[in-house]
Amino acid sequence: MRRFALIAVPYTWLLALFLIPFLIVFKISLSDIDLAIPPYTPTMKDGFSALIQGLDFENFVFLTTDDLYYKAYLSSLKIALISTFLTLLVGYPMAYSMSRAPEEWRATLMMLVILPFWTSFLIRVYAWIGILSNEGLLNQLLLWLGVISDPLTILNTNTAVYIGIVYTYLPFMILPIYAALDRMDDSLIEAAEDLGCSRLSAFWLVTIPLSKSGIIAGCFLVFIPALGEFVIPSLLGGSGTLMIGKVLFEEFFNNRDWPVASAVAVILLLILIIPIVLFQRNQQKQAEAEA
Amino acid sequence: MKRLSTFNITALTLGFAFLYLPMILLVIYSFNASKLVTVWAGFSTKWYGELLRDEAFLDAAWVTIKVAVMSSTLATVLGTTAAYVLVNSGRFFGRTLFSGMIYAPLVMPEVITGLSLLLLFIGIGLDRGVLTIVLAHTTFAMCYVSVVVSSRLVSFDKSLEEAALDLGCTRLEAFRLVTLPIIAPAVISGWLLAFTLSLDDLVIASFVSGPSSTTLPIKIWSAVRLGVSPEINALSTMMIGVVTIGVISASLVSKRNSVRAQKDAQAAERTV
Repeated sequence: MRRFALIAVPYTWLLALFLIPFLIVFKISLSDIDLAIPPYTPTMKDGFSALIQGLDFENFVFLTTDDLYYKAYLSSLKIALISTFLTLLVGYPMAYSMSRAPEEWRATLMMLVILPFWTSFLIRVYAWIGILSNEGLLNQLLLWLGVISDPLTILNTNTAVYIGIVYTYLPFMILPIYAALDRMDDSLIEAAEDLGCSRLSAFWLVTIPLSKSGIIAGCFLVFIPALGEFVIPSLLGGSGTLMIGKVLFEEFFNNRDWPVASAVAVILLLILIIPIVLFQRNQQKQAEAEA
Repeated sequence: MKRLSTFNITALTLGFAFLYLPMILLVIYSFNASKLVTVWAGFSTKWYGELLRDEAFLDAAWVTIKVAVMSSTLATVLGTTAAYVLVNSGRFFGRTLFSGMIYAPLVMPEVITGLSLLLLFIGIGLDRGVLTIVLAHTTFAMCYVSVVVSSRLVSFDKSLEEAALDLGCTRLEAFRLVTLPIIAPAVISGWLLAFTLSLDDLVIASFVSGPSSTTLPIKIWSAVRLGVSPEINALSTMMIGVVTIGVISASLVSKRNSVRAQKDAQAAERTV
């Protein structure tokens, strides 16, 4: 009996505040917009059969006719993919160097990687506005060095969005790769070198394959949240930066079109299911390999 | 003995410069006398003064702390219970759905979580305010707590709890006297994580907050959308300072504890 109560409390909480809300989103995505409070029809007040009959896939059809949404999904995918790749390029050498560092430094290096994660996400993104803007510190430095003669436009472009994503999600890339490299047996590299590999080919043939699980985990940990990102494109991106999280937010708050916003959410989730399932599988395989 | 190559040192220096320079610049420019944030006009602390006199900011800070304390405490209780159930209860009806609901919020985009909770609150006619933000934050934070705590529970030696039960403890006593002290570090870090997540959340709070319950991130957001402001720099500096002190002292405490544990182990070995 007590065991039942123990299970029931968190279970009910999640059903009520996670699953049911999501079912409501799904239901509203099938409804029509209406000038009422709440601004959609049909509602529960109309009775069950009228409710079921009133639902249709109109909003999803609408999403395919207006190319704004189609472009926003594609450009979210593109931005998330490119920034994941850039994060890997920045993160891998750092994780690799950390795993080469003397034992007594490692705890400090780890803390330095994790510390930004505890600092406000919003503030870390905001910090880049002052650096990247036309009169910003980066342009001032480059002008002073004489590298450029006119200020570069970086803020309010996709470049700024890439920088923002790499910057905020870098710890998520470093930590799993570092964990994988840390488990690696160094004598394997010595063996490869003894057998005639150059340093570089030992790195390609031994180190990279052995850290594969960490690379995959890190890439998903960056890609999944980057796809639905809202804050970074809104603050650093320009009017031309289309990302689906931003479109959803604007559809809901500016256009007050709840059914279309809900349909956008449903499709975003459908797109996310594939990487999430792949990520889960990678984690499971890794857990089995360790066991 | 490992030695760092030039490549390693360069990668670490550039990497950490990339991670820390933006925040260091933010801190430096918060002491800038000029209203123009990118022009240095001498040292001044006037923006801190203006910030601390700004009623709207102080109100928002108070709401944020209230929400964070309530939601992280609630999330810790619920998340620890969920972790305990998942690790110890074996199979029960709907277990797959339960563990799915624990992991899904971790990967769910915030815009979707926020939208769905708002639609629920409107559907049941709950006025948006501190309560709705607490409910929303508790829901996603409890999942993080549960993941942190269950990773500790998995490595926990079950026979200790069984021994306590054999020696006459009730289940509750065994949990309070044996299990809880052992998993306490994970529960505390779960609470801290939940607290930070709540403090930090902008997107979900924008959906579920009402006009009388503006949190600090929402306040910062509306200020920042107009561009860089020296007051926000001052506020950021204070937040960065608090976090840095917190994380460094937490790591010193855990280091001291592990040194002490090592000494105890050595002393125990000597007596044997």
